[in-house]
Amino acid sequence: MNWDWAAVVDFLPRFWDGLLVTLQVLVLGSVLSFTLGLVWALGFRAPSRFVRWPVHAVTEFVRTTPLLVQLFFLFFVLPEWGVQFSAMTTGTLAIGLHYSTYTAQVYRAGIDAVPAGQWEAATALSLPRHRTWLTVILPQALRRIAPALGNYVIAMLKDTPLLAGISVLELLQQSRLESAATFQYIEPLTVVGVAFVLIAYPASLLVRSLERRLV
Amino acid sequence: MTAGLWQNWVLPGIWITLQLLIASAALGALVAFTVGTARTHRSRAVRFLAGLYTEVFRGTSALILMFWLFFVLPPLVGWQLVPMWAAILALGLCYGAYGAEIVRGGLNAVPKTQREAGIALSLTPWQRLRLVLLPQAVPEMIPSFCNLLVELLKGTALVSLLGVGDVSFAAYLVRLATQESGTIYTVTLLVYFVIALVITRSMKALERRTKANLGVVTK
Repeated sequence: MNWDWAAVVDFLPRFWDGLLVTLQVLVLGSVLSFTLGLVWALGFRAPSRFVRWPVHAVTEFVRTTPLLVQLFFLFFVLPEWGVQFSAMTTGTLAIGLHYSTYTAQVYRAGIDAVPAGQWEAATALSLPRHRTWLTVILPQALRRIAPALGNYVIAMLKDTPLLAGISVLELLQQSRLESAATFQYIEPLTVVGVAFVLIAYPASLLVRSLERRLV
Repeated sequence: MTAGLWQNWVLPGIWITLQLLIASAALGALVAFTVGTARTHRSRAVRFLAGLYTEVFRGTSALILMFWLFFVLPPLVGWQLVPMWAAILALGLCYGAYGAEIVRGGLNAVPKTQREAGIALSLTPWQRLRLVLLPQAVPEMIPSFCNLLVELLKGTALVSLLGVGDVSFAAYLVRLATQESGTIYTVTLLVYFVIALVITRSMKALERRTKANLGVVTK
């Protein structure tokens, strides 16, 4: 045991930089996964099976294959097709796409849970389609699924270190760079590991209290 | 892609992925059932420790735990894990913590009267768990465990960042060798997809079987 607090202090500037990148990826990834998830969920309910079937196939495929391999796929294969993104953009896209297949299932369950009477009432009031969705169905569905979406944001947070694999300067990558520069292997990685617990645990308490209040 | 790349890298890589999956699933199941039942223990201290374990290991990222076991543990305690074992340990401990929540939920979902009946028949706590509670709780846990197993399969890809030669690492090597990413990464994704498909299908069969043992008929 030889813990060195000085090494922790030296690591802090990099730590804050990394945390900022991690949170940026998390926020943008969440926004992307929430929007894309809703698109998939609406695709599940499409009237034509030529829309439903491909949406099911694509989301199932993305959901059952590893995020890391998807990251490499986007990072290495897209440039071959002539599409060039920065590592961070690729990482955010990959994480958003991967988690959108989870949020799609959450949306689906939330929309299915809206009582049939609500749909009938909207029809009886002859609301146009978009108003039925925007003012009747989605507000009720979103309230129910907010905690589940929150859980996926936490899961996404814990998957952001994978972006170190394509050299995005998030927390894990910063700790590796620090170790490589100072030969201090114990402190940076431990600080990052503890930071994840310290962020994830209060966040999960928040989601739990949300669950009690909304559901 | 040449036959040599297949035989020397990709196929052994698939085998390593399967080994990782099986070994860490076994460790994870052990952790899940131990910690999960500990969370329903009557002693407050045991419940607290089990809860602490779950929160810490669910709170941190599997990849960071893996790096920690591999890079920090050696200078800290003076012994070094083989990458494969560091990977299995990290995956088993992490996904075991998720599994513990499933076990706890499953045990809590068994009607309270079953526990009371066990006490009335003066079964020991261990007999109560083994003969009354688990046989009823396990079939209900299987769908969640199926999802977790697919998550674990996806988690095994992380080991490639430690240099363990699983199928993702093989894909990386093939990419370097052939300078061509499209084919090999598509193949790799398909490999994972097929393994996941086998897992979900066999867990469905297992669920039917365990429910049939209880006398519940499913379609």
